[in-house]
Amino acid sequence: MINLTINNIQVKAEEGMTILEAANSVGVHIPTLCHLKELFPTGSCRICVCEVSGFRGLVPSCAYPVGEGLRVETNSQRVRRARKTIVELLVENHPEDCLICVRNKNCELQDLSEKYGMREHRYVGEKKQHAIDISSASMERDPAKCILCGRCVRTCNEIQNVGAIDFTNRGFRSNVTTPFNKGLNISDCILCGQCILVCPTAALREKSSLKVVTAAINDKTKYTVVQIAPAVRASLGEEYNLPIGTNVTGQLISGLRRLGFDNVFDTNFAADLTIMEESAEFIDRFTKSNNLPMFTSCCPGWVKYIEQNRPELLKHVSTCKSPHEMEGAILKSYYAKKMGINPKDIFVVSIMPCTVKKFESERPELATEHHPDVDAVLTTRELVRFFKMAGIEFDDLPEDEFDNPLGESTGAAAIFGTSGGVMEAALRTAYFKLTGNNLQSVELSEVRGNNGLKEASFEINGNKINVAVVNGIGNIDPILDEIQNGNSKYHFIEVMACPGGCVNGGGQPIHQQREKILKRIETLYEIDKNSVSRFSHDNLFVKKLYEDFLTEPNSSKSHEILHTNYFNRKKILEQ
Amino acid sequence: MINSDKIFTKYTKNDRSNLIGILQDIQEEYNYLPETMLKKTAEHLGLAMSTIYGVATFYNQFRLKPLGKNIIRVCRGTACHVKNSANILYALENELKISAGETTRDKMFTLETVACIGACSIAPVINVNDEYFGGVSIKEIPKIISKFKKEEKETDKKELHEKLS
Repeated sequence: MINLTINNIQVKAEEGMTILEAANSVGVHIPTLCHLKELFPTGSCRICVCEVSGFRGLVPSCAYPVGEGLRVETNSQRVRRARKTIVELLVENHPEDCLICVRNKNCELQDLSEKYGMREHRYVGEKKQHAIDISSASMERDPAKCILCGRCVRTCNEIQNVGAIDFTNRGFRSNVTTPFNKGLNISDCILCGQCILVCPTAALREKSSLKVVTAAINDKTKYTVVQIAPAVRASLGEEYNLPIGTNVTGQLISGLRRLGFDNVFDTNFAADLTIMEESAEFIDRFTKSNNLPMFTSCCPGWVKYIEQNRPELLKHVSTCKSPHEMEGAILKSYYAKKMGINPKDIFVVSIMPCTVKKFESERPELATEHHPDVDAVLTTRELVRFFKMAGIEFDDLPEDEFDNPLGESTGAAAIFGTSGGVMEAALRTAYFKLTGNNLQSVELSEVRGNNGLKEASFEINGNKINVAVVNGIGNIDPILDEIQNGNSKYHFIEVMACPGGCVNGGGQPIHQQREKILKRIETLYEIDKNSVSRFSHDNLFVKKLYEDFLTEPNSSKSHEILHTNYFNRKKILEQ
Repeated sequence: MINSDKIFTKYTKNDRSNLIGILQDIQEEYNYLPETMLKKTAEHLGLAMSTIYGVATFYNQFRLKPLGKNIIRVCRGTACHVKNSANILYALENELKISAGETTRDKMFTLETVACIGACSIAPVINVNDEYFGGVSIKEIPKIISKFKKEEKETDKKELHEKLS
């Protein structure tokens, strides 16, 4: 233990801790901008500077280790003045269009400007001029709002291992951008949106689909249908100041009805359907030893990654569409027929925790006769904006239930929103299909938890099945290398591009209590635990759908409607 | 043809500390950093393309576009600044229809600025290839440019003659 004094408070800190961590441990708050807890400090923004005994200059507390007998002042006049100057200089090179900014009231620069009492413009100079990058289907990049903290760059490079953006040029011309400033759509970007979650300002944000959705709702000729992803119900409450992880399914449904949607369905229904198809596909591949290991295909970020980086391994990816695309496809075929509605008049909106889903919904192969399976995707954040615009406050909302037949779901579907969930749900059903019995212990703790790579082996009917769960796209490359070298031991691999899975998706509410996001995962497991049924193959409406329409999993009918194909996008990037 | 593999064999794979060396070698061979070569560098070093582009734009020594046949350097040091070099630069930009740091479409001229050329006594100074023009006025700019255009035409003619004869 190391003894030091912070603002005259005696602090015992562990060796290797930074001054910032030691200060936080005794409730002394130091502001940060460039700091990311999981990563090695860069100390580049200097907003966390402190006075430290023995140093003439101010010391960045995020990068300086504690030492025996150090005396630290985090709140002296000199420190406050320095921090205020830093904020003032950042603000002077910022558009200051807070009133019309998507991050208004949720912006770290705005907070700091308020905190340090910036009330006048002491420095006036040239502001940087950069075009907004609107090239991608999912995200926008507005370099004028960028304060060059580097959190997006480090998240992309060091956590996600994608490296789509980096600092370019120098001094006043510094800019975070893609190679040759070509735009995100032809970069290595997989549109996962993790950079949006760490951006302190609105320099990175989703491309909003609110206009098309409101237009469709107002269009009387359109039958508007909405579906909610599993992870959204565990996170949306945060935007209404509810504790992190509060399950708001009931309020969400009634809120969506008040917005004017004709039907509110559940993506969880299609998650059950996905499990039926994916487990059948896996069993088929496993028994024939064909294209193993098989990868899950629910995560469009992961699909985009393998298309761009290892197209030669695409045959290992399950051909199943992702759940919300399946839901859309069923809505525009089975449901349309059943209700006597022209599929062209159905407008399907997905509420997703994800930014890549916007890109996915625009993929031409996920459409029938130029009518996309899903017409528009709203992120959790956009839905909250929509609610607020419509005057819908959660306190006053009664709880409601999903419409049927596409609203029924089991516990296995609920856990799709967390890393390991798809694997667990698929194994539950695969076990049943291979043995005729349901698993005794339903909860597969080996594939749960927050490790980057989770491995497990299961014995089913004397066959050993090795599975892996990859949590965060940054952990995938070693596994792909193994497959390429022909020495992979796995049979079935789940991949989620975002660390933690969809609960931590790029479309989720933005706040800096990142460590509490695990609570969302607990909520989803809780929903599973309290479900009447915990097996996808027990979903009555899914059974009925097969009886009435699809015949059986992996049939030619279900291949036509529920399966898709992939493209080599490496070629596109190389042109 | 330049054998691009020759550059890479000198450097161990996946060692990012070789990046600047490789970029310098590429520029020596090609006179600038072609995009295809940067892609090969990314593959050789196992680095993201964005990282390489970031380094290539950070250092002034690297060019991402080929240089023109004639390089015009405008001194923007203090003495020249006092002697109206900002307007000399402006006149050159107007005459060539490019901004500082760019190359004309016909690849004839590249316009660059220099912090101080070291010839303050004859300010304002511009330098074209190896030739210095001291005490230049805005009026002289078109003359200087057309002089190099003419020279270029003559050498082209000579080369053509040599080829034919």
